[in-house]
Amino acid sequence: MSDAGDALARVHRDEWARVVATLARRFGSLDIAEDAAAEAFAVAVERWPTDGVPPNPGGWLTTTAIRRALDRLRREQRRDDKHREAMMLTDDSPPDPIGAVDDDRLQLVFTCCHPALAMEARVALTLRMLGGLSVDEIARAFLVQEGAMARRITRAKDKISAAGVPYRVPSAADLPERVGGVLAVLYLAFNEGYLATGVESDPVRADLTAEAIRLTRLVRDLLPDDGEVAGLLALMLLTEARRPARVSADGALVPLAEQDRALWDASLIAEGHRLVRERLESGESPGRYQVLAAINAVHTDAPVADETDWWQVVALYDRLTLIDPSPVVALNRAIAVAELDGPDAALALIGPFAAALDGYHAFHAARADLLRRLGRDDEARAAYDRAIALAGNRAETEYLTRRRDQLG
Amino acid sequence: MQYLVSVIDDRTNSGTAEEMREITAFNERLVARGHWVFAGGLAAPSTSTVIDNRGERPLLTDGPFIESKEHIAGLWIIEAPDLDVALALMTEGSRACNRRLELRPFLPPPTAVDRSEPS
Repeated sequence: MSDAGDALARVHRDEWARVVATLARRFGSLDIAEDAAAEAFAVAVERWPTDGVPPNPGGWLTTTAIRRALDRLRREQRRDDKHREAMMLTDDSPPDPIGAVDDDRLQLVFTCCHPALAMEARVALTLRMLGGLSVDEIARAFLVQEGAMARRITRAKDKISAAGVPYRVPSAADLPERVGGVLAVLYLAFNEGYLATGVESDPVRADLTAEAIRLTRLVRDLLPDDGEVAGLLALMLLTEARRPARVSADGALVPLAEQDRALWDASLIAEGHRLVRERLESGESPGRYQVLAAINAVHTDAPVADETDWWQVVALYDRLTLIDPSPVVALNRAIAVAELDGPDAALALIGPFAAALDGYHAFHAARADLLRRLGRDDEARAAYDRAIALAGNRAETEYLTRRRDQLG
Repeated sequence: MQYLVSVIDDRTNSGTAEEMREITAFNERLVARGHWVFAGGLAAPSTSTVIDNRGERPLLTDGPFIESKEHIAGLWIIEAPDLDVALALMTEGSRACNRRLELRPFLPPPTAVDRSEPS
């Protein structure tokens, strides 16, 4: 690809959210912001290969996008509310002061994650407006038709404008309760990147995980004392650190125990461990993300898989069960128990959750692995078949198929 | 912006004296803070009449336009700068009247559109 092409791809990744956020604040409309940002990138695609990449690509895109938006507003002047428009055309006021962090993108995060929107709409909007993902990409990630996803996003944007969802970071008093929803959205976006569900998409979407981490860092700058924000950031960093070892050269998923730990990112692990220690030292009772981060800290602490402190992992899962007694937590706890007490004990633990987890590929994959270790090959094969049928990602299917075919 | 707040109920004339006192106190706070536009309770859905004069002659039908287990027992119209303020107010309102509420924005007033027509 040409230099301009590379620059465009990089600038899109780095600057999309900033351009959209600046425009959204200035014009108070997500639609205008998104359309104008898309137009500005289209102009760049046309011009940069011949004119060269401008010295400040982000600034160039923002200026171009603002001009496009103003042109569009002027064209539509007759049909629109003149008063509101006059405000838009002349508004050069600085953004509202929002405390420690003054970032348009953070306002966009809180707008997209407003509790008046359905959870699935919040995730889709955040990926669209902040992650710059196409509607098609988001639709594939969530296994729905593109048209249905487009309608979901349009409906959410319409509600934001018609219902008067404010474009700002909530006040200090409202922050703690609003931040929980934001963290849930960022975690979903991260997980989608770490194990993309689209059959055709890359198994790992580094752009998405990077974006989720960047946004979580922004939220942490805003709320440095919030334990769950720190916990989620640590959890993401410790998970992201293992990404280079997670898919083999031939595209199959490599499970934690078989990963080449030399490929793990030591600096991300160090940062994640630092955050986990900081939370432990706070003496505050940890929430879900902090416990999950601590579990990942134990895993990333072991130089080889055999030296994993499984006793501590199980103890942490016990703690997590108190916070979140869900079947998925029970499954993960059982997988850890298998390392301490053997696959028989784990199978007994997950038995009661078979019905609740029947549609979840990881349940069948875990069960297949336990049965394989017990030499119950026929049952293992059936469980692998079920897991393969449910898995949404090629790398995962490859791995499960290989495992199944290794059975006697 | 203005919002319509519908009070959701599955019974009629079910307000207690205690609830009425709470609602009155809440209404006074709305007035004091400049959010009050209008409020009122509605008689039972069975007292309503549907009017249809789209055809040759007006047609009147006894009863509400939709039959459902729940209905609108009353309403507020409030003025608030944005949804967060409206939601905070009516979170308080739901507590005061001891019922679920539906908050819905009005479309922007049509005057601006009229002004933009050539005179």
